[in-house]
Amino acid sequence: MFKTLIVILLSAVLVNNYVLRQFLGICPFLGVSKKLNQAVGMGVAVTFVMLLATAVTWPIQNFVLNNLNLGYLQTIVFILVIASLVQFVEIFLKKFIPALHKSLGVYLPLITTNCAVLGVTINNIKDGFNFLESMVSALGCGLGFMLAMVLFSGVRSRIDESDIPEHFKGLPATLIAASFVSLAFFGFEGIVENLFK
Amino acid sequence: MKKTNYWKILITGLLKENPVFVLILGTCPTLAMSNSVTSAVGMGLAATAVLICSNAVISLLRKVIPDAVRIPCYIVVIAGFVTLVEMFIHAYLPELYKSLGVFLALITVNCIILGRAEMFAGKNTVGKSILDGIGMGLGFTLALFLMAVVREVLGAGTFAGIEIPFMIDHKIEFLVKAPGGLMVYGLLIAFVNVITKGKAIKKKEFNCAGCPSAGVCNGGCKANEVKEGE
Repeated sequence: MFKTLIVILLSAVLVNNYVLRQFLGICPFLGVSKKLNQAVGMGVAVTFVMLLATAVTWPIQNFVLNNLNLGYLQTIVFILVIASLVQFVEIFLKKFIPALHKSLGVYLPLITTNCAVLGVTINNIKDGFNFLESMVSALGCGLGFMLAMVLFSGVRSRIDESDIPEHFKGLPATLIAASFVSLAFFGFEGIVENLFK
Repeated sequence: MKKTNYWKILITGLLKENPVFVLILGTCPTLAMSNSVTSAVGMGLAATAVLICSNAVISLLRKVIPDAVRIPCYIVVIAGFVTLVEMFIHAYLPELYKSLGVFLALITVNCIILGRAEMFAGKNTVGKSILDGIGMGLGFTLALFLMAVVREVLGAGTFAGIEIPFMIDHKIEFLVKAPGGLMVYGLLIAFVNVITKGKAIKKKEFNCAGCPSAGVCNGGCKANEVKEGE
């Protein structure tokens, strides 16, 4: 039991990293990774929303949609739930925990349309995880997202200072650097299968 | 005069404001689905169908939808069409359904579709919006196809599953894997910069006009950046 959870967590963080291996959530990865503190802020916000979204969508899928034979409504229901959830969390934080809202709040609206969040909730259902496994998988994906953001913000600060050809300035150089970071993550391939032999 | 105007809308989406290479929207499916020509074209056409339908419906409803709740309304319309397209592909093209996987459902949060709803369909007539949908959709498909050709021919030595005599023995497998996608995308954008002599380069900074969440966040990200910079 415990072993399964560790395997799910590690494979979500390292082997199947959502940003670098599965290309989910590329927009915030390229857009908000310029500075370290922004990268951490976005990462924390995404992890938080992923956990919350999974906690809400998993019961909806298994206790409501499946029972009523409405599985095909999954996409519509999930995106609506996530969008309203994010709005609700933002209003709640603004009213009751203003300090947290100040540091996290600006990132929250951006997350509504982040495909990584919808991707996690749909993948958890597709993989047939139970509730605990789904939560661990969501945590792993969030942490993996944060890890990629933090690593890449370091790489990016070096790119900004270096001398690159005119036509590669800006996005092309960033993408090629992201390609190398992604290549580095290939080193983790097979690590989970062999960890518990 | 009117006719040229419509023609211009169509061509704008296809070339001048190509969603992938110039507006930098919809990067996630572009990177993930461009490792084979078949899935790239399938993804492109599925997104085009959703884009045309959602643009048409949103522009019909543009006077009915209150401004404050327009983003959730757009999302519902888009998610509805995505579900239709998903069911259609599942029923008639099961092979494609398998290769697109979760990205089919994720068309819902594709920045191109929400971005065009926000930037174009919410402000223009039905005819123009449909044309914009066709132009943008085909621009997206074209970009995906170009990337997939580079990646599949050089990386796997095949074209849409058909083996190419010389390439099959000299394949660069790195290109069909995840890092290859990022690299080919970067190189193609640089190539577009060379062709347009950097004219398109200015649009490539992430600004709020191009961000689909702009309606929800009201420049929150920019405000934050300014604060950090102080």
